[in-house]
Amino acid sequence: MSPAAAHDLRTKVEAIAHRYPDTRSLTLPALRFAQEEHGWLSPDVLREVAEVLDLTPAYCQAVASFYDMFHLEPVGRHMVEICTNLSCALVGAQRVVEAFESALGIDAGGTTEDGEITFRAVECLGGCGYAPVVAVDNRYHQNVRPEDAAAIVEEIRGAA
Amino acid sequence: MGLLSALLKDADKRDLTKLAEYQAVGGYKALEKARKMTSDALIEEMGKANLRGRGGAGFPIGRKASLIARDSPKPKYVVVNADESEPGAFKDRQVMNQVPHRLIEGSLIAAHAIESKDVFIYIRGEYLAEYEVLQAAVDEAQAAGILGDVSVVVHRGAGAYICGEETALLDSLEGRRGQPRPRPPFPPVQGLYNAPTQVNNVCTIATLPIVISMGAGKFAKTGAESAPGTAIFSISGNVERPGNYELALGTPMRELIYEHAGGIAGGRTLKAVIPGGSSVPALTPDQIDVPLDYDSLAELKTFFGAASLIVVDDRCCMVQLALRSTQFYMHESCGKCTPCREGTRWMVQILEKIERGDGELSDLDLLESINGRILGKVLCALGEFAVYPVSSYITHWRDEFVAHIQQGRCPYDGRSSIEGILAPSEQHHGPVHVEKPLAVVA
Repeated sequence: MSPAAAHDLRTKVEAIAHRYPDTRSLTLPALRFAQEEHGWLSPDVLREVAEVLDLTPAYCQAVASFYDMFHLEPVGRHMVEICTNLSCALVGAQRVVEAFESALGIDAGGTTEDGEITFRAVECLGGCGYAPVVAVDNRYHQNVRPEDAAAIVEEIRGAA
Repeated sequence: MGLLSALLKDADKRDLTKLAEYQAVGGYKALEKARKMTSDALIEEMGKANLRGRGGAGFPIGRKASLIARDSPKPKYVVVNADESEPGAFKDRQVMNQVPHRLIEGSLIAAHAIESKDVFIYIRGEYLAEYEVLQAAVDEAQAAGILGDVSVVVHRGAGAYICGEETALLDSLEGRRGQPRPRPPFPPVQGLYNAPTQVNNVCTIATLPIVISMGAGKFAKTGAESAPGTAIFSISGNVERPGNYELALGTPMRELIYEHAGGIAGGRTLKAVIPGGSSVPALTPDQIDVPLDYDSLAELKTFFGAASLIVVDDRCCMVQLALRSTQFYMHESCGKCTPCREGTRWMVQILEKIERGDGELSDLDLLESINGRILGKVLCALGEFAVYPVSSYITHWRDEFVAHIQQGRCPYDGRSSIEGILAPSEQHHGPVHVEKPLAVVA
């Protein structure tokens, strides 16, 4: 992590430190700031988060690895996630999974060769009444049909 | 009984995310009234209202507040559980999206009741849009001086179902892995930062302004006798009009499914209803005249849970449903207690074996025996949540499990509505524990 990025992380963390009586509570926010900046939490980035929080890198890695939204491996610049839990499954989520796999040319869990898009199945996103749900960089698309996959992918690539 | 609106009142007509609009319909008047009451009087009022928790356990909020060690020298905390992650539940999301000020007002009332100056709202990380709306509402309320000397912090989770369990939530809020704590001590005595803590669901807290405005006596006469008020019911799966419907507690389940949600999609046949989110025992079509309240559902040996109904039509293979449900709980088990960590994985392995046609009749007994080894032997309810539905599927649809075993194949033969569904745990490392992927039926 560059000195500028480290300084930036420290500034962001310090700006919200007053919200909590214990600095340990800043772990999730700090990991999120770092991931937003770097895309994923490399060992180098985790060391910097630990430094800012005055915790150990091992502790930060242990916490990060517990949560599905933190990435300990490189991922695409954009994250496309589809819920495959019961309510989405019952109304055809698997066909939407297959449509995205074919639109992207990768299997679920993979990243496109150009490093732009990671596509993965996830657990319930809380959009069960508007299923199937696909989240693009945490923005929900609801009632997604297989025929919508190509347009959603095109939109991501257009905005990239 | 029809649709009622209390929590979502006026949200269809006005943009209640704006402070001025919320105040124009009487918003924050209940807070004013509550702040004129003593802490004791307010807790007594909450008790009289018999407002029961909407998150899952149905514990009365007044009793919870009365357990807070108010004489402790430590700060007292109000924690709002907005980590809505139960499959089938999406009610808290609508409250935060459309009536965030009702939630903030309720939080401030709860804080006044237990003499707290610190409110934390723990919102699941995936709810980004809801976080933005809620944070903007907190900022607006703060700028208008409504918060007074109370700090309201919206804290984002990072993707872990278990953080909806209250003690796991507290650990996560403290910056740790979200793993449940042994109890006692319970949070009202020793919760966040080891201080007395009141933890409540979004809908429970957002109902407090309604209780205070109406008066507890009047509120207690609404809804069901054993459970006053309204609930926002999330209904999803194979119905014509899935969505959220706010109804009086005690409304018959049949009315919700067939009138409000328009019945089974495509005119198909109802097979099962999972009434409280995916973690509760399922009901069969002959049981849906039950009133939707805690006690009536308990009589049918299931739970009100998160007021979230998943409706399943006759195209669904119940073994596949059991497998997909259990894969979820296996994925979300935090790993702290052995019976849950190992038991959920073992259940998945057995269900996979049955689904691909390699099961034996003794596997059904084995599944039941695993159930007995998880129930009551773990720190939190997650392991039980894996067990309850599967056990009910085996009880009610035993023929289907037996058919898989006797025919040596899935009798749905590629026709099940959830055929081939991919669980996240099957990614990255390929299918977990199986040589043949789930989709392949011999």
